[in-house]
Amino acid sequence: MPSTSAADEPGTVHHWHLLDNGAQLSRRGLSPAGTLLCVHGNPTWSYLWRTLLAAGSRPEQPWRVVAVDQLDMGFSERTGTFRRLADRINDLGDLTDALALDGPVVTVGHDWGGVISLGWALAHPRQLAGVVLTNTAVHQPSGSPIPPALRLALHPAVHRWGTTTSDAFLRVTHSLARPPLAPEVRRAFMAPYAGAGRRGGVGNFVADIPADASHPSFAALNRVAEGLPGLNVPALLLWGPRDPIFSDRYLKDLVGRLPAAKVHRFEGAGHLVAEDRDIAGPVFEWLTGYGGDGTPVGGGTVSAAGAAVPPPAVPSPAVPSIAGDPGTDFTPLWEPLAELAAGPDGRDTAVAEMAADGSVSRSLSWLELEQQIAAVANGLRQAGVRTGSRVSLMVPPGVDLTVVLYACLRLGAVVVVADAGLGTRGLSRAVKGAAPDFLIGIDKALAAASVLGWPGRRISVKDLPAARRRLLAVETSLAALARRGSLPAGTAPVLQDPDPDAPAAVLFTSGSTGPAKGVVYTQRRLAAMRDTVAVTLGIGPGARLVAGFAPFALLGPALGAVSVTPAMDVTAPRTLTARALADAAAAIDATVVFASPAALCNVLATRNGLGQPGRQALERVELLLSAGAPVPEPLLADVQRLLPDASLHTPYGMTEALPVTDISLEQIRTAAADAAAGNMAGAGNGVCVGLPVHSARVAVIPLAADGAAPGNIPVTEPGVTGEILVGAPHVKETYDRLWLTQRESIRTAGWHRTGDVGHFDSAGRLWVEGRLAHVVTAPDAVVTPVGAEQAIERLDGVGLAAVVGVGPSGTQAVVAVVETVPPARRAGPAAPQLAARVREAARMAGASVSAVLVVPSQPTDIRHNAKIDRTRLSRWATAVLAGGRAGRP
Amino acid sequence: MRVLVTGASGLLGGGVARLLVRQGQAVTTFQRRPAGVDGATDLTGSITDDAAVRRAVAGAEGIIHLAAKVSFTGKATEFDAVNVDGTRRLLRAARAAGVQDVVFVSSPSVANSGAAIAGVGAEPADPDRAHGDYSRTKARAELLALAADSPDFRVAAVRPHIVWGPGDTQLVERVLDRARRRRLPLLDDGAALIDTTYVDNAASAIVAALHRMEHIHGRALVVSNGEPRPVGELLAGICAAGGVPAPSWSVPGSLARAAGSLIEVLWTRAGRAGEPPMTRFLAEQLSTAHWFDQRETRRLLDWAPAVSIDEGLARLAGHYRAR
Repeated sequence: MPSTSAADEPGTVHHWHLLDNGAQLSRRGLSPAGTLLCVHGNPTWSYLWRTLLAAGSRPEQPWRVVAVDQLDMGFSERTGTFRRLADRINDLGDLTDALALDGPVVTVGHDWGGVISLGWALAHPRQLAGVVLTNTAVHQPSGSPIPPALRLALHPAVHRWGTTTSDAFLRVTHSLARPPLAPEVRRAFMAPYAGAGRRGGVGNFVADIPADASHPSFAALNRVAEGLPGLNVPALLLWGPRDPIFSDRYLKDLVGRLPAAKVHRFEGAGHLVAEDRDIAGPVFEWLTGYGGDGTPVGGGTVSAAGAAVPPPAVPSPAVPSIAGDPGTDFTPLWEPLAELAAGPDGRDTAVAEMAADGSVSRSLSWLELEQQIAAVANGLRQAGVRTGSRVSLMVPPGVDLTVVLYACLRLGAVVVVADAGLGTRGLSRAVKGAAPDFLIGIDKALAAASVLGWPGRRISVKDLPAARRRLLAVETSLAALARRGSLPAGTAPVLQDPDPDAPAAVLFTSGSTGPAKGVVYTQRRLAAMRDTVAVTLGIGPGARLVAGFAPFALLGPALGAVSVTPAMDVTAPRTLTARALADAAAAIDATVVFASPAALCNVLATRNGLGQPGRQALERVELLLSAGAPVPEPLLADVQRLLPDASLHTPYGMTEALPVTDISLEQIRTAAADAAAGNMAGAGNGVCVGLPVHSARVAVIPLAADGAAPGNIPVTEPGVTGEILVGAPHVKETYDRLWLTQRESIRTAGWHRTGDVGHFDSAGRLWVEGRLAHVVTAPDAVVTPVGAEQAIERLDGVGLAAVVGVGPSGTQAVVAVVETVPPARRAGPAAPQLAARVREAARMAGASVSAVLVVPSQPTDIRHNAKIDRTRLSRWATAVLAGGRAGRP
Repeated sequence: MRVLVTGASGLLGGGVARLLVRQGQAVTTFQRRPAGVDGATDLTGSITDDAAVRRAVAGAEGIIHLAAKVSFTGKATEFDAVNVDGTRRLLRAARAAGVQDVVFVSSPSVANSGAAIAGVGAEPADPDRAHGDYSRTKARAELLALAADSPDFRVAAVRPHIVWGPGDTQLVERVLDRARRRRLPLLDDGAALIDTTYVDNAASAIVAALHRMEHIHGRALVVSNGEPRPVGELLAGICAAGGVPAPSWSVPGSLARAAGSLIEVLWTRAGRAGEPPMTRFLAEQLSTAHWFDQRETRRLLDWAPAVSIDEGLARLAGHYRAR
């Protein structure tokens, strides 16, 4: 191909190697919808894109795929020149001119190939229909150094040897694959780079990385970066976060430049994301517009002026991004709070915190709360927090969290609430994934942020000594911001009301079925959550609640309810004592208690520490809410004795929809009686979680024989087991940077697919049977775990039970893993007598158990201490039953 | 239908012959000792004897071939002579005599290289990787039997996995005998999940195979109860049925497998008669998972086991109480 690049003499012709299925498609009579122009980075070659080539060659969705080997790379010509970024962008244009490549073209890039593909994209608006990017970067934030690994590769002492003389750079890059590359794949990536003479391009590529503004390629890179916002075509970003080079901060930079891009972060994948995960599936799904009218990305029309008219957004607008219809009337979350502050009771206590000695350590009136929120909001704004800024809050529940949370909401900032219940690793992953701009935290959180490298400008809660501030890289404190932002009494803060449909919060799932997922709520959806809680549970102004459980506790001020935080380590629910609960209740004459099941267990265990006044305070409680995990009836019965006048409720829900259904102790007993009587269709086999809450719709998609829920038609017939779907104004807006997960979750239009399985009874009550991912597919039946587990747990001498499958799907052996009372000393097969009892109990519940294993304790999640990690148990049981040594699960 | 059953003096062969008689078939039995199956014509003779085999197959329409040398030890040449050459001889005679259908009764060990098996179907027989002379020769025999299959001489292989029941000397009597002498350890706590087949179920599956040749000829099918159990629990069940205390001590499976190999060698070298206390084959059987996908077997045979493991153990207990 003739070259017009500055690196070459005029008239130079280069030989390119490329993969192109165009001729093959036309031979087979297939007309492609467009062309994918795939550009590899350093030090790979077009082989990286083989899955796209295969997918594009399928007759169902033919796309021409042109995957190039850049000059001096792969099997293309070794030119003997040093080609800079501008040359390489121009080279690609020379190639597409020579190929007479016409639109629509979607560029696909990886690593520095991403920049080159974007350079081509900006230079060819007429042909361009979309861009796909995998781990790449277009901009080095000023003032921040390039990644250490690249600094090393660029170091004069290392560069030539590391990249060219030896194959170290190749080997290191290949070693970034997660999981490791198969030997034949590794060999294929090496194939074109045997010998230093073939590796000049690898070294030159590294040397062409513009580490700072003085670099010859800096201007070209800058042109690409600054051109991106004008691209105006759909974009898809597929990212492997475990990348020492193109880390999440570059993803954040790209998202800022391409705000409409669809983003999926493959948690656990790394730099070679195209090797680590299936990217062809997502790319081709994106190209069609899943479930929409099938208009391909390339279907955009080209206007007379030659500029590409953006094709329909991908996914097509036919797919609602929301489950359920948010109401049009919208009362901001903080409005009840503001009303109370302005009203006659403005000087009454609004929020309070308890000290360990039973006294109130801190409290604010409605008026003070409102003023504090305004002051902190003002201060945050002055510190640079904007509408849409992400602010990670690492502050335990209490007055400070309430103030800063509502301040952020008022500003239109997006609060990121990741809790220690995810475990250190899970928490770290979650924070990095959400990429906050600011991190507001207590000392411990800031120290963790330093050690673990969490992103975001740091703000402490309290003023810190200067040395500590420097150590933790803390810019300011909430206290300082409040001082700076406080307004003269009587002046209203000048704050624009944020868009009700803008993101307001990112919460995290507990990660019991894989890494924790970020869940995005808008202001409107948070307000709908508050309204659902208010109507379903009757909590509003006048209510006084003890907030022993974080998610609902934060709603207190929004509900107009007085809230008090008991003295406990909120990250460890088991630390709530009966005494602390009673002290908190007494302090505000509480009517409502929120507590997790684990906290309730400890309250019962410590009930002897209660004095008479404490007992009396608890006797005045009217409503107890416990959520987060199933609450067994015997536990509730014990709690009832402690709170004799309270109505006990256990709402069911998940991070993506809080709450979905509600049930009281009386209703639980009625449901149990119906199940025992055996004459009501659908009663039994699971945990009864009651009726849908106010404004929520619930249905199921029936399970198929392979244990999946492939259909799309929600049903509510009694006794039909399926994946549970919920539609409500308070369902999540979307998953955060998990485009594929989000699409899967809204596969049934208008609904959120919960990943739980269950069924209805003829009274319309929902019975939860477990997680879809935990369904066991035995040869004769699909077994949902919960029903059999409950039957097993009713046996004497048995604690928590879990039913898992081992072996291939469709012919799995059903295995019951049980805790015994007293606990077994070590894990292994159950004694024959116990095995026989467990097997018989499960048989009565409809499950044929092959093996019974005992464990000293079940592996449970940290947040709820109740959700058994069945995936892990299944892996463990598989190893034990294969004849290995029984370690701990 | 005139059916020849070879090896009918054994537990399974006798069960098959009796079931065929009950079904009203004309049954001939052929083995070295009298089979004692009421209602069947009994021929005694060896599968290694050409003339005897020709006599046995004369007039048969279908053959169920169970005769084999089943043992953990012995000379390799004996296994070859009975299991491989005997099968070849029988097939040749059967084809010459115009027999239509042959069910070759095989064993899942023909495809077992010692690794754990969890929920798979019948893998191809592999004499080179099968452990021990029995498995090796059965694998070879199965391959040559299936290779003989054609539309007018239909051959299928049925592989029942660990057959047991009242009167079983291969597994039940051994287990009880050793448990009685406190010489039965559990390997790795007896956790390995294994499939077994109650003898009546194995017999009914084999007979079903003869009736379903149009669907299964040319193939091998594994047959089991489809109720895998941890091996320790099975052994305990057998011991309870026999009125013997269950094994209560455990040794690492890896140790037993190694010891088994060693004992096999020493036992054979020392020229000891009978079965050694531990063999590598036995150690593998008792310490690694062996359970199978039974869906296709059941569909193709249009068959399901009639006797559950628990029911089988109850019958076994009845058998020992009556003794």
